[in-house]
Amino acid sequence: MTTVLPLVIVVPILAAIGAFLLPRWSFGIALVGSLVTVGVVLGLTVEMPEVGAVRHTIGGWRAPLGIDLVLDGLALLMLLLTALIGLAITLYARGYFGKAAPETEKGRQGVYFWALWMFLWAALNALFVSGDVFNLYVTLELLGFSAVALTALAGKPNVLKAAMRYLIVSLSGSLMYLMGVAFLYGGFGALDIALLSSLTRETPALVVAAALMTTGLAMKTALFPLHFWLPPAHANAAAPVSALLSALVVKGSFYILLRLWLEVLYPLADTLVPHVISLLGVGAIVWGSIQAIRQTRLKLLIAYSTVAQLGYLFVLIPILALERDNTLALAGVICFVMAHAAAKAAAFLSAGNILQALADDRLSKFDGLMRALPLTVTAFGLAGLSLVALPPSGGFAAKWLMLNVAIAQGYWGMTVVIVGGGLLAAVYVMRVLGRLFKQAAEPDVMSALKPIPRVMEFSALGLSMLAIVLGFMGVYVLDVLEISALTVAGDS
Amino acid sequence: MTWENSLPLLIVLTSLIPGAIIFFLREDAHSVRTALNMAGAIGKLVLIGIMIIGLEAGTTYETRIPLLPNFDLVLRSDSLSVLFVILSATLWLVTTIYAIGYLEESPNRSRFFGFFSLCVSATMGIALAGNLITLLIFYEFLTICTYPLVVHRGTEKALRGGRTYLVYTLIGGVLLLVAVIWLHVIAGPVEFVDGGALNGIAEEQPALFSLVYLMFVAAFGVKAAIVPLHGWLPRAMVAPAPVSALLHAVAVVKAGAFGIVRITYDLYGINVANALGVLMPLLFATCLTIIVGSLFAVFQDDLKKRLAYSTVSQVSYIILGVALFGPIGSIGGLLHLVHQGVMKITLFFGAGNLAETLGIHKVSEMDGVGRRMPLTMAAFTIGALGMIGVPPTAGFVSKWYLGSGAIEANASWVIGVLVLSSLLNAAYFLPILYRAWFKTQQAPWPEEHNFGGRLETHWMLLMPPIVTGFFALFLGVLPFMLRSLVELIIMREYI
Repeated sequence: MTTVLPLVIVVPILAAIGAFLLPRWSFGIALVGSLVTVGVVLGLTVEMPEVGAVRHTIGGWRAPLGIDLVLDGLALLMLLLTALIGLAITLYARGYFGKAAPETEKGRQGVYFWALWMFLWAALNALFVSGDVFNLYVTLELLGFSAVALTALAGKPNVLKAAMRYLIVSLSGSLMYLMGVAFLYGGFGALDIALLSSLTRETPALVVAAALMTTGLAMKTALFPLHFWLPPAHANAAAPVSALLSALVVKGSFYILLRLWLEVLYPLADTLVPHVISLLGVGAIVWGSIQAIRQTRLKLLIAYSTVAQLGYLFVLIPILALERDNTLALAGVICFVMAHAAAKAAAFLSAGNILQALADDRLSKFDGLMRALPLTVTAFGLAGLSLVALPPSGGFAAKWLMLNVAIAQGYWGMTVVIVGGGLLAAVYVMRVLGRLFKQAAEPDVMSALKPIPRVMEFSALGLSMLAIVLGFMGVYVLDVLEISALTVAGDS
Repeated sequence: MTWENSLPLLIVLTSLIPGAIIFFLREDAHSVRTALNMAGAIGKLVLIGIMIIGLEAGTTYETRIPLLPNFDLVLRSDSLSVLFVILSATLWLVTTIYAIGYLEESPNRSRFFGFFSLCVSATMGIALAGNLITLLIFYEFLTICTYPLVVHRGTEKALRGGRTYLVYTLIGGVLLLVAVIWLHVIAGPVEFVDGGALNGIAEEQPALFSLVYLMFVAAFGVKAAIVPLHGWLPRAMVAPAPVSALLHAVAVVKAGAFGIVRITYDLYGINVANALGVLMPLLFATCLTIIVGSLFAVFQDDLKKRLAYSTVSQVSYIILGVALFGPIGSIGGLLHLVHQGVMKITLFFGAGNLAETLGIHKVSEMDGVGRRMPLTMAAFTIGALGMIGVPPTAGFVSKWYLGSGAIEANASWVIGVLVLSSLLNAAYFLPILYRAWFKTQQAPWPEEHNFGGRLETHWMLLMPPIVTGFFALFLGVLPFMLRSLVELIIMREYI
C-alpha cells in the first residue's frame, strides 16, 4: 500500500484544478478532495507501525536524478496534523463563504479560496514528504505563493499591503534557502537528505549554507526579530485563512529547518549558531507575549501570540542538534507544533465567529459575549488552556516534555523562559476571557448580534477539543517519532 | 475493567460527567439540572462506600492510564485519600443542596453548576492522585474551574477578585510544575507510598532535596494561604456564598493543605523531612500565619472577610500538625483537616443565609439577628465556638492534639501560639455572637427577602448549616469514629 503515498499530493492538486475549472461545484470538489486526502493519511497512519518508514521513488528514477518521497514518523505526524486541521477548516470555510453564487463578489472569493486552499494543502503535503533539499525548495515556493494569494483574498487595501509585504519576505526567504542549497551541493555534491546526512562535516561551506538556510527559513517562520510581517498578514486575512497561516503554513518552513538541523547541519551543533537561534526564540517568547498583551483587537492579539509561541519551537534547537537521538526533546517540539496548530486554528476560527457576529473585534466590545456565543467562547477557552499550557492539554504535554529535557540538562535559563512564557500567555488569554465573563452593560447589544452558521461554531470547538486530546497523545507521538527514515536510505 | 482498576476513576467521573452535561442544559431546565447534581453527589458517596468496604477487606483500588512517556495517570485509594474523599464528597452533597437554594433564580445557572461539578471532580482527583503528575494535573484543573465561579457575578469587582486569584494560583502552579519535574529528574519516577518514597534517595543530596521541598511548600502554600501568600483569599470573597464555602472548606484551600500533607508524608516521608531539617521553617511559617491571620480577622467588619482571614489562620493548623514531628501532632493536623472543613462550611452557610435572607453583610448590622434566624445562628454559634476551641466542639479536639503534639515534639512554645490564637479567635467571634443573641435589633434589616412558609428562610438554605453544625458538634463529642481512621494513617507514616 506504500504506492498510495503520492496520493497525498495528487488528490489535493486535482481538487484544486477541479475547483478552479468548475466554480459552481468548487465546494463539493474541495470537500471530496479533503475527505479523500484525510482517508489516505489515516490509512498511512494505521499502516505505519507495521510497515515502518517508506521511501517512494516516482517513475522509478533513482536519486540523484529522480524525485524521492520519504515518509517517516515525523512526516507522518505532520501529514496527520494537516489532515485533521485541514478538514475542520474546510467545513468552517463552507459556513464562512456561504452558498453565494460564483458571480457575486463573495462567491468569487469562495471559488478562489477553494482552489488555492487545495493547492496549499498539496504543497504542504509535498513539503512534508520531500526527500531532498532541492525539492523542498520547490515546495517551499509553492507554499509561499498560495499562502500569499490566500492572504490577499480579502481584497481590502490594508490586506493588500500586508500581503505584499508577506510576498517579499516569502520570496527573499526562499531565495536565501536556495543559495544555501547551492552551497550544500557545491560542498558535498548531494541534495538527498539521507545522503547528505552521512556526508556533512564542519566545513566553511556548511557554515555558510547553515547561515543562509536558517535565516531564510527563520524569516518565513517569523522568528523574532524577523516576525514583523506576520501580525498584519495573519490578522487581516479572512478567518479560515488566518487559521491556515498560523496553524500550518509557518510550521512548513519550521519543519524544513528542523529536518536540516536534525539530519544535515548537526555537525555545527557545537558552534554558536544553534545557541543564537535559541536566544532569538527566547526573544520571540518575551516580545511576542508582551505585544499580545498590549493589543486591543482580538485577531492581532492572536497573531502576536503566534509570534510568541513560535519562539518555543526554536528554543530547543541546541539540544536537538547536539543529541540527535534525544527523542524526548523532539517529541516535545513536535507535540508543541501539533498543540499550537490545533489551538491557534481554533482561536482564529473563534475570533472569526465573534467578528462575524459582532462585526467588530475590539476587546472592549466583548462584555457578556459568553451568553450569546457559548460554543465559540468555549472553543476559545479550551484553545487558551492549551496556549497557556495548563493541564490537561496538548500544550501542557509539550511543555512537560520540554521542561523535562531542559531541567535534566541543566538549562535553567530555558526552564525559566518556558515557564514564564506560560504565565505571559495566561495574561493575554485572560484579557479576552475575563471580558467574556463580564456582564453586558447594554442587553440589547447582544440581541443585535448577527446569527452565524452552526458549522462554524462546531468546527472551532472540534479543533479546540483536538488541542485538549493531544494532551493524552504524548506516548503515541514518541512512539511514532521513533520510526526514522535514515535507516531506509536508497531502497524502497 | 474491574472494580479494582476502575473505581477511583468512577469516583472522579461521577461529578465530571454530570458537570459536562449540565453545561449544555437550558437555563430553565431546573429539574434536570437538580436531578443530575443530586445523582452525581449521591452516586459518588455510594461508590466511596463501596471503596471503603473493599479497603477494609484488603482490596487496593488503582486506575492507571499511560499519559506521557514514563508517566502514568494514577488514581489510587489509600487511607489518606479516603479521608479527604469522604470529607469532600459529603460536604459537596450538602453544598450542592445549598447552592440550588441559593442560586436557582439567578442567571447563568448551567454554567455555574457545570463548573461547580468540575471543581469537585478536580478535588477528588487531587485526593486520589497516586503520583506527582496526577496531583499536578488535577491541582491545575482545580484552578481553572474555580475561576469562573469566583467571577460568577460578572461585576467589575468580581473580575478583579478573579484576576488576583489567578495571578496567585498560576504562579503557584508554575512553581509546582518546576518542582515536580525537578524532582522527577533527580529522583526518577516516584509514586506516593506510605512512609515516603524518597527514603535513602534524599540523603544523597540533602541540600537539593530540601530546596525542592521548600518549592513544593511555596507552591501549595499559595492555595493553602500561608502568609505572605494569602493575599488572594480575602479578595476572592466576592464569589457567591456556596462558592466561598466550597473554596474554604472543600476544594481550594484544602487542596493546598492536602498537597503539603501528601508531599511530606507519602513522598518525602516524615522521617526524611525531619532529617532534612525542613520541618522547622514550615513550623515557623505556620505559626506566623496562625497569628497574623487571626490578627487581620479581628479588624474586619465585613462578615465574609472576617471568615476569610479566619480561614487563613485555621488552615495552618493542619500544616502545623505536619510540621510538629511526632504522631500526636500529626493526628491533630489531620483531624483538623476534617474539623476545619465542617466548621468553616457551617459559618459560610450562616453568612450566606444572612446575606440572602436579610441582606446583612457586615458584623455591625447583626444586632439581634439571633431572634430573627435562630436555627441559622445556632449552627453559626457551634461553628464559631469550634473555631475558638471550646469543649466539646470539634475544634477543641484538634487543638488538644496539637498542643500535646507540641509537647511531644519539644516545642512547648507552640502552645503559646495556640493560646494566643484562641484568644484572638474569641476576640473576633464572640462579639458576633454577642450582637446576634444579646443585642436587640437597632435598624430594619438592609434587604429582607421573604421566601414564604413558616421557616426563617428557604428550606434548602436552612438544612445545610443545621446538618454541618450537627457534624461540628458530633465530631467533637464522638471523636473516636474519625480518630481511628486518622490514627491508622499516622501509624503507617511513622514506621
